[in-house]
Amino acid sequence: MKILYFAGLRQRTGIGEEDVTPPDSVCDVASLIEWLKQRNPEFAEALQDTSALRVAVNQEFASFDTVLSGDEEVALFPPMTGG
Amino acid sequence: MTIRVQREDFDVGAEIAALTEGNAGIGGVTSFVGLVRDMADGERTSAMTLEHYPGMTEKMLAEIDAEAHDRWPLEASLIVHRYGRLEAGDRIVLVIAASPHRDAAFEACRFLIDWLKTKAPFWKLEEAGDGAAHWVEAKETDDVAAARWDTNTGTGKAG
Repeated sequence: MKILYFAGLRQRTGIGEEDVTPPDSVCDVASLIEWLKQRNPEFAEALQDTSALRVAVNQEFASFDTVLSGDEEVALFPPMTGG
Repeated sequence: MTIRVQREDFDVGAEIAALTEGNAGIGGVTSFVGLVRDMADGERTSAMTLEHYPGMTEKMLAEIDAEAHDRWPLEASLIVHRYGRLEAGDRIVLVIAASPHRDAAFEACRFLIDWLKTKAPFWKLEEAGDGAAHWVEAKETDDVAAARWDTNTGTGKAG
């Protein structure tokens, strides 16, 4: 599974992109975020406020209950500020 | 019907001319140009860097554009959005809508920029005059502006 981080999240996690192999317990976006948070304090802090977190799965907006099978591209980012 | 995400500046007049050339069915053209302001929330901004999500950006802009064509009788449309480092006064975004009549052109242009602001994956990193940089926070007023156009479609928010 490919995980992408953008803007402030990329800055706070220190990572723009990574390939991960989550355990079987990760079955949706919510459980993926919980798993990512457990890995180290920077991630736990960066992903703490889920109200400021937007998610895309395979480049389409997704919700926290979007199901994941393991081969997706998951992007995590703050609310957009373009235009 | 055309989407471009680019570092380079654009020429508004040339873009309108190219978009409308050879289509006598167009009776009205509206455009919106977004610029880098030198004041944001009372603090002086000397420059900003626009980051985006290559791939998803183009996909979302195409979806927003297709939605505009579903809702209004448009003859042509264009969205150009820049990324990279921009300075105060620089052009950031261009939206053009062309229709047989002005009402559709005005409404579609407003719709395109309102939806783009909350649904296209761009983020602004502002540089203050003293060299400090901070990520711009999303404005609730932008959500309200985008929500005016909601029917039964998604809001672009997770959870």
